[in-house]
Formats: sequence, C-alpha cells, structure tokens
Amino acid sequence: MSEGLKSALVHGGLLVVLFGLQFVLPAYHHGNLARIMVLASYAIGFNVLFGYTGLLSLGHALFFAAGMYGMGLSVEHLGAAPAPALLAGVVAGLLVSGVIGVLALRTSGVAFMIVTLMFAQAGYLTVLYAGAYTRGDEGFVVQQAQRVMMGVDLSDPSHRYFAGFTLFAICLIATLWLVRSPFGKVLIAIRENEDRATMLGYDVFARKLAAVMISGTISAMAGAVYGLLFGYVGASFASVQYSIFPLLWVLLGGAGTIVGPFIGTLFMFYLIDLSSQVTTAYMLIAGIVLVALTLFAPQGLAGMLRKRIWRGLP
Amino acid sequence: MLLSTRGLSKQFAGLHAVENVDFDLPEGQVHALIGPNGAGKTTFVGLLCGRIAPTSGSVWFDGRDISHLPAHKRINLGIAYTFQITSVFANLSVAENVELAARRGMRGRAVQRASQQALAQVGLADRQEQNAGYLSYGHQRLLEIAMGLAQQPRLLILDEPTQGLADREVEGFIELVRGLAGAMTILLIEHNMPVVMRAAEQITVLNSGRILAQGSPGDIRADRAVQSAYLGTG
Amino acid sequence: MEIGPYLMLASLEGAVTAAVLALTAVGLSLVFGVMRVVNVAHGEFFMLGAVLAWWVTSLIGGHPALGFAVALLSVPVLVGLLAAAADMTVLKRVSHDPERTIVATIGILYILQQVTLMTYGPDARPVVPPFNARLALPWVEFVGGRPQLYWPWGLSTTSYKLAVIGAATLVLIGVWLGMTRTRAGLLMRATQMDRDMALAFGIPVERVYALVFGLGAGLAAMAAVLIVPIQQAHYLMGGDPLLLSFIVVIIGGLGSLPGTVVAAILIGLSDGIISVFFSPTLAKILATLLVALVLVFRPQGLFGERRT
Repeated sequence: MSEGLKSALVHGGLLVVLFGLQFVLPAYHHGNLARIMVLASYAIGFNVLFGYTGLLSLGHALFFAAGMYGMGLSVEHLGAAPAPALLAGVVAGLLVSGVIGVLALRTSGVAFMIVTLMFAQAGYLTVLYAGAYTRGDEGFVVQQAQRVMMGVDLSDPSHRYFAGFTLFAICLIATLWLVRSPFGKVLIAIRENEDRATMLGYDVFARKLAAVMISGTISAMAGAVYGLLFGYVGASFASVQYSIFPLLWVLLGGAGTIVGPFIGTLFMFYLIDLSSQVTTAYMLIAGIVLVALTLFAPQGLAGMLRKRIWRGLP
Repeated sequence: MLLSTRGLSKQFAGLHAVENVDFDLPEGQVHALIGPNGAGKTTFVGLLCGRIAPTSGSVWFDGRDISHLPAHKRINLGIAYTFQITSVFANLSVAENVELAARRGMRGRAVQRASQQALAQVGLADRQEQNAGYLSYGHQRLLEIAMGLAQQPRLLILDEPTQGLADREVEGFIELVRGLAGAMTILLIEHNMPVVMRAAEQITVLNSGRILAQGSPGDIRADRAVQSAYLGTG
Repeated sequence: MEIGPYLMLASLEGAVTAAVLALTAVGLSLVFGVMRVVNVAHGEFFMLGAVLAWWVTSLIGGHPALGFAVALLSVPVLVGLLAAAADMTVLKRVSHDPERTIVATIGILYILQQVTLMTYGPDARPVVPPFNARLALPWVEFVGGRPQLYWPWGLSTTSYKLAVIGAATLVLIGVWLGMTRTRAGLLMRATQMDRDMALAFGIPVERVYALVFGLGAGLAAMAAVLIVPIQQAHYLMGGDPLLLSFIVVIIGGLGSLPGTVVAAILIGLSDGIISVFFSPTLAKILATLLVALVLVFRPQGLFGERRT
C-alpha cells in the first residue's frame, strides 16, 4: 500500500467515523465531541507552529481570543451577522499574529516562549481593562437569535456538531496538504535545522512569519467558531490556561503529526471532564500529564504510533 | 572573476580573525583554502556566505557587491555551502534532503531529476528512502555534498568535506571534485594536504587572518614561508 | 492629605514591595543565571511559602511571634527541599534542556497550585504579624516661612513593615556573601560561567543545580513568609510575584544579583507610586509589554548570549 493511500485511509477514516458518530452518540457525548472538534482545530493551528516549524509559543490564547473577540464584539456592538462576524474574527487573528510574529520572531528559543507569553498576558489584561466593551471576566453571551447563519440555527446541537465537524475537517485536510507541500517541507527543514535551511537559500524569517500567521489564523478561526457555536465570549479564553491547553493537547497527542492534536484534545478533554466531577482542582491532571509527558513520552501518543507502527505517518 | 573580496576584515573583541584580505576566484577554478587551525578559514568563509558580518571590506560575486546581502540571498545568487559539521535534516529522507536543496532554483520534475543526479554523483542513489539521520557519518558527509550539487551552483563552497571520511571515500571524493572541475567553480576548505594537492588547481594559504601565499600546488609545496608556518609544523 | 505626604506613604509601601520582590527575583535570577533555565513554577514556591507559614503559625499557637519565628526559619528550608527534590526527579531527567524545562515547570506549577487548592482550600487566610506597632510619620510644613514638623493624619507605617525591609536587606546581603565568600558560592559561580569546564574540574554539577534550584525557591518562600502577615495566603497568589520577578530579572540583566536588586527597587517603588495614579490593570499591561519589548529589541540583555 502506498504512503499516500495509507494516509488517505487513516485521515479519511477518522473523518468518516466522526461524521457517523453524530447519529449514534448520546446527547452528552455528542455535545462534548462537538466541542472537542473545535478545540482540536485550535490544537491543529498550534501544531503547525510547534510540531512542524519547531517554534514553541506560550501565547496562543491571544490568537484564539483574537478570533473569539473579533467575532463576538462585532456581533455585540456592530450587530454583525454570523458570517461577517466569523470573517472579522479570522481577520483579527491574521493581523494580531502578523504583528506578534514580526516582533517575537526576532527572538528564539526560551526568549520566544517568554515573549509570546508576555504578549498574550498583555492581551488578556487588555480584555479585562476594556471591560466596558468586553465585560471583562464575566464575558457576554451571544444570543440564540444572533447565531443563525444563512438560515441554520447554530445553537441547535445537531447543527452545532456539523459545524464543528466541518471546521475540523477543513483544518485537518488543509494542514495535511500543507505539510506535504514544498512549503511544509521547508517548515520541517527549519524545525530540524534552521541554519542549514538558511544556507540552502531559504528566507527563514519570512517562512517562520508565514507559519506564525497560518497557525494564528487557524487558532483564531477556532476561537471565533467556538464563541459562535457555544454562545459565550469570556476573558478566561484569553488567559494563560488557554495558551497551555493547546500545548498539552499537542504534546499528549503527538507534536508534528496530523492526527495528534485531535487525539490529545480528546483524551485531555475527557480526563479533565471526569476529574472535575470529583474535584475542583481538576487542573492537577493537566500538571501531572505535562510533567509525565516531558519525562516519559515527549513524542506523544501519535508519535509512538509513528515510531512503532508506521514511520510515514504525516 | 566570479568571487572577489577587497580589504575584508573581521575582528572579534579586538582580535583580528580575518585581516584585510584581497581574494580573487576566477570562474571554473578549483581553489583550495588552507591554513593552520585558527588561521581564520572558517571566519573567512562565513564572511563570504553572509553568516558573519564583516567589520570592514567588501565581497563581490559575479561583479556585484554582495556585502550587505543576507545569507539566503547570496545562496540564491548561485552559491552553495556545505557545512563543516554535518547538518543534514535528520528526520527527513535522503531524497527529501536533496530536494529541499534543489527546489530553490527549479520546480516540478526538474527538482527530482536534479536530486537524483546529485545522489548518483556521490553514490547515494540506492539510499533515497532512508532517513538521513540513520546514514553513517561518511554517508552524511556525502549527502551534504549532494545537497550542494543539487543546487547546481555557480560556486560550490565545501567546508572540510573529507573530515571523518574513510580513505576509500576520500578517493571517491577526489574523483568527484576532479569530475566537476570546469563545470562549476569550487572553493575547498581543507585540512587534508594530500587531498588539496591532488584536487586543487590553485591554493591560498591563510595564516593569522592574512593571506600568506597563493599559487599552484607545486608553488605552495616549494614556498618557504608556507613550510615554516604550516607544513613544517603540521 | 496633600501630595507630598501621600507620595511618601506610597514610597514606603513601595519599599516593602521592593524588598519582597528583590528576594523573590534574586531567587529566579539565581536559577536562570546558574542553570540557564526558566522556572515558571517560581511563583508557586512563593505561594507555598505563604501557605506553609499560615499552617506553621496556626499549628504552634501561643504568642504570634513564636509561630512566626518558627515559620521564618523552617518554611524556606521546607520549600527549598521540595524544590531540590523536584529538580532531581524531574528537571535532571530532561537534562535541564531549556524548552522542556519550561514545559515541565508549567506542569509543576499546576501540581503545586492544585494540590494546595485540594488541601488548603480556596480561602485567603491571614497570619498575625509578630509585632505591629503603629508609627506615625512626620512631615514638614512651612509656617510663616519657617519649617516645622507635624504629624499628618493617616501618614503612618508599622514597625512590622520596616522590619520586612530590614530582614530582606539582611537576607540579600547574606546571599551576596554566600555567593562571593563561600565554597558553595564558588562552585555555583564556576558552574554558571562554564558548565562543561566545571564538570571537567570535578564539580558535582547536578548537585549544584539541585542546591541552586532549592535556594531559589527558598528565597521566594522566605519573601512570602515575610509578606504574608500583610497580604494573606491564597492558592492563586503566585501569579503576580512570578510576573513581577520576570520583569525584574529581564530588566536587571541576566543572573546579575546587583542588577536584579536595583531593578527590584525601581519596579517596587514605581509600582507603589504608579498605582497611585493609574489603574493597576493598566500598569500591568504596560509592564508586560515592556518585558516583551525589552526581550525583542534587547535580546542580548538577558537571553542573547544563549544563541549558538
């Protein structure tokens, strides 16, 4: 079986299963999975930068929130319809990631991590500071009437599932295509050895900037869709925790794999969901998983698959 | 002249690593740059490629002042550089490594053709699907050279290409360079004197950041100053 | 109150902040300087110091000064031991790789914080200061062209706050002497300068790392014990000291103890004074942006030397 066919089977198979699950899942898990697919899209965005370009950002919540607030504020204050509001969110993500990219990419390694963390923290504080528009910590609800897109009511669970599935499928297929394209190969080359990539004649800065913007824009798209589907926009989505989450999901699932972000998000979502039924200190699980992954399995679940079973897993 | 430098100097914290070097490399020549450890060879090549910014002086390529171009733009003018320390992309296949190198100058089928050819030239054609990281050290060195060749450069800079190669592999390398002579200009930075004497048409000797001598292998062998500075001690 | 006495009060409060901040930041700076890693869990060791201080004082009872003295001596040691254990079990196993260490310390951050939430709970709890005499402060006014001292209403501090400043100064001098005059300090400085060379000379680098990591966390805990009678202990209190320490270390320059102390005094004082005029949120926004921009445009300041 050729590598291309195998890849089509694995990723196509995942999409078919996810599509089919909506007809059989009980309501509770149906709702969870809709959420997971949107969050996994966020993780896919993060993975483009972390897994494929080798840049570890600790401030992706800024992009997620840029999309969410770009969408939410234009609905709330400009009375925008869902479609243009989503577009506003995506454009906000594109702009914010462009600016952050230009600044943060002047640094590398640990400094890059701290700089992105600080910018995201400034963004979070700005959301709080601009409480007159954002309602700060409390956030605001996107009303059911404001969530009807081209006649489809996105607050309806089955529509919501399908919208989440569509977003996820688009992100999955787009990144699969991206990492197999010549551009994607250059990103991987930068991850493997930046100096060598420069000395092959590649403008490494420009390509890293493009990677930040692609990653930021996908994250923003996920943020915008999340706000629209679940009808709530709040400052917690801009907090450090939401910068750590995609790192956690991607590390757990397997950085630099296409299915990894989904696997990681799925596992972590249910781990936290189950533990929050027992204790309010559910983030303990996140801490333990982070430490355990760094110690024992830096390649994550899909990374282990790649090592043991199929080396060509994209 | 394909490549020239005028008054090229680099100081590190007051230390002259390269001092006032005027260097000319005519098109088509195989030229070796030798000198004892710390003579400034690596710094000099870094200045040529744009990896290091000069303190003063200029670098000219094909009649154009490239002193202020960043490294990647110099490469795109037709300079290829192979690393002294092997730095192939370990997690990509051999073919992908070479294709990444080839893709800067060409598109589509030509990329595959160029990379196949380059791999055949260094004798790695049968290892295309392997991960580069799994290659033996000697083969990684050859892959480095293949990446240089695949760019079809006008100037190929080889930084210590035979370091760590087995004798048989060194022989192959000398054959390869001789075969390329005339087709492209080659600047060879080398420690291994027998390789230099057999492969190069012209030799430049650097010592303490300055050009000590220049000439054919025969001239250099006969040069007293070179003998005392370099050959005699090492 | 007129602006003069008001500013004096703000500066005094700022000096207390500066003293505590200097201790916390020197801990972070030491870890970064010697080990070349960023400890994101630093704020949680601070928090742990405060929470343990509450626990120790409430356990001992009797005169508040007794419990507090025990806490001041034992809590930094406890926290330091815990941190050294974390270094040996976690950070050592990732070979103190800078990026993986950050991820690991993020994990440690959540573990410490959430375990505190599970055991200590979500409440903020006070610690009674060992002594707390009110000291009224004089101000100068001009009566008929002649200066005259008077005691404006509300212009006062407490003996405890002054003691915090004094204690922090003493500890910092102690750290300075320890680094420059003792054998342990010499080993740390040697490791800081060149890890491989230190290894070659037979310095037990791994043990030095554990010691430094413990010492860094211990200093944060010490700062927290000092401040907890003024501020109360809460499981989420680690965020602000972490952020402020980052700012101080980045502005003060890599691993430089004097630079860190100067920056802490600057930031501490201006924090006190700025918050008189600006909203604290705006001040924090500006501070975080400042840190980011310093790193972007002056990378040689803190992390620049690490580029290879």
